[in-house]
Amino acid sequence: MDMNEIKEIFFQECEEQLAELESGLLKLNDGDRDPETVNAVFRAVHSIKGGAGAFGLDDLVAFAHVFETTLDCVRSNKLEPTPDVLKVMLKSADVLADLTNAARDGGSVDESRSRALVKELEALANGQPLSQAAAAPEAPAAPAPAPVAAAAPAPTDSSGFQPIPFSFDDFPAVEEEAKDLPAYEVLFKPRSDLYAKGNDAALLLRDLSRVGEMTIFCNMDSLPTLDKLDPEAAYFHWVISIATDKGEDAIRTVFEFAEWDCDLQVKPIAEAIVSEDQPMVPVPFDLSILDEEPAPAEVKAEAPAPSPAAETVAAAETATAVMNAVNNAVAAKAEKKEAPAASAAAANAAAAAAANNAAGMAQTIRVDRLINLVGELVINQAMLSQSVIENDNNGASSINMGLEELQQLTREIQDSVMAIRAQPVKPVFQRMSRIVREIADMTGKSIRLITEGENTEVDKTVIDKLAEPLTHMIRNAVDHGVETPEKRIALGKNPEGTVRLTAKHRSGRILIELADDGAGINRERVRQKAIDKDLINPDANLSDEEIDNLIFLPGFSTAEKLSDISGRGVGMDVVKRSIQALGGRINISSKPGHGSVFTMSLPLTLAVLDGMVVTVAGQTLVVPLTAIVETLQPEPAAIHSFGANQRLISIRNSFCPLVDVGRILNFRSTQANPVDGVALLVESEGGGQRALMVDAIQGQRQVVIKSLEANYTHVPGIAAATILGDGRVALILDVDAVVAASRGQSLKPEMAYASAG
Amino acid sequence: MKKKVLTVDDSRTIRNMLLVTLNNAGFETIQAEDGVEGLEVLEEANPDVIVTDINMPRLDGFGFIEGVRRNEKYRAIPILVLTTESDAEKKNRARQAGATGWIVKPFDPTKLIDAIERVTA
Repeated sequence: MDMNEIKEIFFQECEEQLAELESGLLKLNDGDRDPETVNAVFRAVHSIKGGAGAFGLDDLVAFAHVFETTLDCVRSNKLEPTPDVLKVMLKSADVLADLTNAARDGGSVDESRSRALVKELEALANGQPLSQAAAAPEAPAAPAPAPVAAAAPAPTDSSGFQPIPFSFDDFPAVEEEAKDLPAYEVLFKPRSDLYAKGNDAALLLRDLSRVGEMTIFCNMDSLPTLDKLDPEAAYFHWVISIATDKGEDAIRTVFEFAEWDCDLQVKPIAEAIVSEDQPMVPVPFDLSILDEEPAPAEVKAEAPAPSPAAETVAAAETATAVMNAVNNAVAAKAEKKEAPAASAAAANAAAAAAANNAAGMAQTIRVDRLINLVGELVINQAMLSQSVIENDNNGASSINMGLEELQQLTREIQDSVMAIRAQPVKPVFQRMSRIVREIADMTGKSIRLITEGENTEVDKTVIDKLAEPLTHMIRNAVDHGVETPEKRIALGKNPEGTVRLTAKHRSGRILIELADDGAGINRERVRQKAIDKDLINPDANLSDEEIDNLIFLPGFSTAEKLSDISGRGVGMDVVKRSIQALGGRINISSKPGHGSVFTMSLPLTLAVLDGMVVTVAGQTLVVPLTAIVETLQPEPAAIHSFGANQRLISIRNSFCPLVDVGRILNFRSTQANPVDGVALLVESEGGGQRALMVDAIQGQRQVVIKSLEANYTHVPGIAAATILGDGRVALILDVDAVVAASRGQSLKPEMAYASAG
Repeated sequence: MKKKVLTVDDSRTIRNMLLVTLNNAGFETIQAEDGVEGLEVLEEANPDVIVTDINMPRLDGFGFIEGVRRNEKYRAIPILVLTTESDAEKKNRARQAGATGWIVKPFDPTKLIDAIERVTA
């Protein structure tokens, strides 16, 4: 794994944390005062900041830091999470998301916005006297993350280490270095706590040796007799003379982890005291970098002052010997380290962790591949079944039974594999809450988004494509649907509008509803607009439902003037088309004065489909089962001619237009006789039923969807293709397109060509 | 013998960075996602040094350190606190809980390895 992969993981994690952040803030907004909610919110920002710091994403770190500081005030009850405070926080969450996206995809963020929010956040943090200190490190304008980073205590100098020589004799250690480096005397007296917290005097002294040349004197005066010795107590203290040009701070930094648990004095020695009558030559040591567990022979000791290099080997040996002694002495703090036995299990755990991370990266690709393979398996199994049936008329029942079991297993495998890729719609829904917030802000409306059924699961491919149409619809609902607070008050409504987003499973599909309590569709205006735009005939007699559905017509836009929000010339027709591209349907029902409900019904997966296999003019087609209400054999008496070449079929006292699929798709040039075929009663979005005429029904089966767009090109009236059990390719009918075509908007001419191919 | 490091951090990003950094530096790395898991895997992992985050769900770094220090076998193990909290109060709390030292995030690999070597023999 390299840094880029980790970065990818970081951004994935950011997304999760941002979702966590937002849902937590929304919970707080709803009056949730569970400390764990606040903690989770804080952690989310904290994690983002931590990761961002590691990748040097300074803008992100800076903003997250200010945000975190303010959240910390909430966490420590210094700041009450009032709705006003939460409003700032939610906006900050949005900016944090923007910054994250900018960091990932490049691009920029609205700097004035983030700067304004930084100010607001700081004001909130500073608004409380207790929190002033917390916010203090922030520069007002563009706070750099550097102060945080710079506080790093770990030394950054060489990473090698050295045996530390000690003199156990009762003589003062003397700094003999003749260089002009400033010298310091360090008194280091550990308390037992120092060892209890896992620090180690020997290691500290070793670190100190990296700061400069030093001599050490160990005072063992307080060491009791063995019978009185507490093996975990601290009895020694050390006096060290050190010459360094790194200053007193460098010395103190060495003891940074330990300073609370020891007496430490560092004072400069005015001048190096040279003592000639040392009973023991201070053990020299070497500052050059060595690997850990240094081999004594490699120690190139630099003899202090008078002694020339000739003594090095001896000195090094002394150093090692002394070090061993020290180790033994310091081991007084007892069983600090158990002999570490390599546990195979632990090694496995580490390996598993690594594998897990790698798997996370490749998982999506693998699952996609698996789904594809299972799709092939389903096709293959169907082909096998078919050929067995064809070749085996005397009924080898064991083979047939085996095949049936295989079929069942295949189906189960397919379902289970699809479930791997299924994901809750929650992330998409959460994104919507931000959109509502922003547009409400821009339009001066007050709107509450209620989401339900966020955990409803649907195939990832569907989720990915859901966000865009949903965003557009939400924009529409907020911009056009819900009225301004003043207007709402005048109408006797709650000034705060409500937009409700719901997801649920219904008969193998996912149903997403978007309801607002706004003004509803202004039918008169919609109708007028449609007439003005030449979309309908001025004297057309349309039902309310039909008028409502006019907004889905291409080129329709009800807003008097294009607004920034839902304008841009993109209308509901685009929404409808994207939903249809997903194999879904969209519907609107509206009550003037009470709001509108958009209902989208989508397949749970884009990989498989339950279909009815039918024959039309010698071609095999698959009609999605979800579109079919019922099938019936038309009676001659039930067929009525209507207009020039329209026909209706009467079903239980109502008339329903007959649509000859073969004619619409240009499979044949004349209409077939309905009595010879079968009628599939389908419900199309936009309301109304149609009876689709096909020649015969072959059966019902699950088919694996193969995209036509990806492999060929889009064909009007055809949603996709599949491979049947006999190996033939069959086209999957786009019911809505066919129904639409039957209304007079004929399919485009390239259709003829599709039928030829 | 490779030194074993137990890392405890709830952030997947940081876990991965630790893993890469420590493995590259020749350590054996065992990872836990929060304090609870950290205590669970402690015995089996049998680490030489522990690196832990402070802010974690279920059981935070303070609680985790206290838990480790209560374990007879690991009460003197070096524990480094890896956290973005650099203020004195947090450090103090970590120390009181029994932390050996700390590394301020964002850590750079050298700093991390250096700090680990500082507290391990």
